[in-house]
Amino acid sequence: MLSRTADHLFWMSRYTERAENTARMLDVNVEMALLPQTSQTATAAWQGLLSISELDALYKDTHSEINAKQVIAFMVADERNPSSVASCLKAARDNARAVRGALTTEVWETQNQTWLELSQLLKSKAYEADPTKFFEWVKFRSHLSRGVAIGTMLQDEAYNFVRMGTFLERADNTARLIDVKFHSDVDPSSLTSHYARKTTKSGEVTSQAADFYYWSAILRSVSGFEIYRKVYRDVIKPERVAELLLLRADMPRSLHASLNGICANLQAVDTGATSETMRRAGRLRAELAYADIGELLAMGLHAYLTNFLDRINDLGSRISRDFLLPAA
Amino acid sequence: MNTEFDEMRHLNGTVRAHYQRYEQWLSQQPHALMGQRREEAETIFHRVGITFAVYGEQDAHGAGTERLIPFDVIPRIIPAHEWQHMERGLAQRVNALNRFLHDVYHQQDIVKAGIVPAAQIFQNEQFRPEMLGVTVPGHIYSHVSGVDMVRARDASGQGVYYVLEDNLRVPSGVSYMLENRKMSMRLFPQLFSEHKVAPVAHYPDVLLETLRSMAPNASEDPTVVVLTPGMYNSAYFEHAFLAQQMGVELVQGQDLFVKDSFVYMRTTRGPKRVDVMYRRVDDDYLDAMVFRPDSSLGCAGLMAVYRAGNVAICNAMGTGVADDKSIYPYVPKMIEFYLGEQPILHNVPTFMGRNPNELSYILANIHELVVKQVHGAGGYGMLIGPTASKAQIAEFKAAVTANPSGYIAQPTLSLSTSPTFVEQGVAPRHIDLRPFVLCGAQTHIVAGGLTRVALQAGSLVVNSSQGGGTKDTWVLED
Repeated sequence: MLSRTADHLFWMSRYTERAENTARMLDVNVEMALLPQTSQTATAAWQGLLSISELDALYKDTHSEINAKQVIAFMVADERNPSSVASCLKAARDNARAVRGALTTEVWETQNQTWLELSQLLKSKAYEADPTKFFEWVKFRSHLSRGVAIGTMLQDEAYNFVRMGTFLERADNTARLIDVKFHSDVDPSSLTSHYARKTTKSGEVTSQAADFYYWSAILRSVSGFEIYRKVYRDVIKPERVAELLLLRADMPRSLHASLNGICANLQAVDTGATSETMRRAGRLRAELAYADIGELLAMGLHAYLTNFLDRINDLGSRISRDFLLPAA
Repeated sequence: MNTEFDEMRHLNGTVRAHYQRYEQWLSQQPHALMGQRREEAETIFHRVGITFAVYGEQDAHGAGTERLIPFDVIPRIIPAHEWQHMERGLAQRVNALNRFLHDVYHQQDIVKAGIVPAAQIFQNEQFRPEMLGVTVPGHIYSHVSGVDMVRARDASGQGVYYVLEDNLRVPSGVSYMLENRKMSMRLFPQLFSEHKVAPVAHYPDVLLETLRSMAPNASEDPTVVVLTPGMYNSAYFEHAFLAQQMGVELVQGQDLFVKDSFVYMRTTRGPKRVDVMYRRVDDDYLDAMVFRPDSSLGCAGLMAVYRAGNVAICNAMGTGVADDKSIYPYVPKMIEFYLGEQPILHNVPTFMGRNPNELSYILANIHELVVKQVHGAGGYGMLIGPTASKAQIAEFKAAVTANPSGYIAQPTLSLSTSPTFVEQGVAPRHIDLRPFVLCGAQTHIVAGGLTRVALQAGSLVVNSSQGGGTKDTWVLED
């Protein structure tokens, strides 16, 4: 297939996935904000979200203070922000439109319909009135885009590039989501603490209880709360949450599962000239497959995730060079 | 203005035979229901993204850059015998035009015979000296022709079809023929069981067959591509649509390169040779080494590959010399000259500014004529005498006097009208028709076309860029 077509397909699904994950990340924060907390804690949470997305500089250019309403507007509707839901869904639709002939009618119409509905939702500021409902809508449209692609596309190269885009973006986004908590250096020992349901007289939830709410919100944001219960039959422990989201191959949004998806689709489009890209992807996958969560935590999860994000970024550029934008 | 020919009704108001069934049905449809159907159509066109890009317009979310062409829910109906006549005439006409193009770029017999003046060809901006002596597959230059037809009442009261314009470069609109049909079948399925409407959905198949039959080097499985200027071109939807329907790649200039006298496209599995290019990019932009050097929409070196016979380009370069308004008046004579036949379809009588006696006729009767710039298109650069202001007439008079050969003039034809669903209900509106003629190893015309309608009462301008809409076009089978 045309390299340019592959490039558009790859980015179509990357942007759709990114919109979904932006919505998921925002949803965690909105949910956390419902807990009794000091204003500093609340601000820190929104600050963490901006910095993990590497958007603090851009945000500070146009905003003087950090608060829920402004960060949500920035992350949902601001077209100057390339990672906002609006920018991502528009970019996904533009990429789809550029190659609409290579898509099934259903895939194109789903992308186009999402964009049309988005314009209405932005106009009516639906995300301010009921942010959670808006995030549900974003997730649902992403499920639909993905499902329609899987359910209607011929499983040829075009399909492989669509899937590859999804998994690469998901690996990146899940890693960032986990890293929000570890962005500031956290004492690894605190990760093994048990939660306790205690509140102080002032109404501030103690850090252990906050941990519980925090990790369950993270789990819910990746649709993993029930999965956690099913897999571990245990109370919410941060190290198990980390294990589930990093290492479990059967958890669809985990790093390991995403790497499996990347490798399988790379394999399918292999031309023989891409062995270095395959090797690097395979190595990253093997490391996840044979990792031990205790060791990772001992090393420091933030350091691990930072390194992981660099390697995902490297894979992305290699895929571009090998397939999408080859020199003449 | 009640002498206009109406497609549905005789002058005395009775309904023509081929419209009777439809009119009966239409008269039973409540206004609100038709309005609902129209809204439904609009929603679907938006969702499917059947839009055209409006140059230089954008709102905050980029939503204003794409517009719908209004779709009228009432079809235009053509009876079988009229279509058969038109079909023969179109095939004859395009055949002669292809012969003319071959002649222009080879022996120029028609000039030597004194039928078309040399200046009309060689000083024409659309003449491509680069094409002289180039042998194209099957001697066919215009593989896809969109011939604009209008109908007007003659002295005896009959509706007569005239050819208004031959579009032989990159005519567009066929996707609307296909999508409009899909839409009416969806909105009014019962009508199709009551009428025998000739199908049009196989057009992409016939187009693909036509393109494949042009492949050089007798490739067994030629690679066909559609070349588009990109998603910001106003006809992008159509380019993508046709590529998808034919199952071929939709390429842009950046996807192509020339190496060792062949054209290749960049794919995820390395370069792939291109055999046939259905290009929707204008001549000027096709090859920066030969035409406009600033163009990135085409492929540098393409012309050399074409000359070597290693790629087929559809339509060929240089076809504009045959569909130019200054060449149009000669088409009936071309048919006689090349085919030895009488033209089946009429030209609109045309006065050429370049002939002194015709020029004085134009200037004396300008208020009754339609005056057109020879190189104008899209309804621009045109004066409609009877409705023009004094100032406009004075302006055109001066322009014609200053550059007589840049203008032609025709009597103001009162285009036929067709019932159209407008705010006040069903009312007659002026229409034209663009059927598409495919020429490859064989000539094929899918029974139908694009009917454009001037939605404003009394308006004769059907162009979508000036507020025109479209209709489904039904050719009835016997």
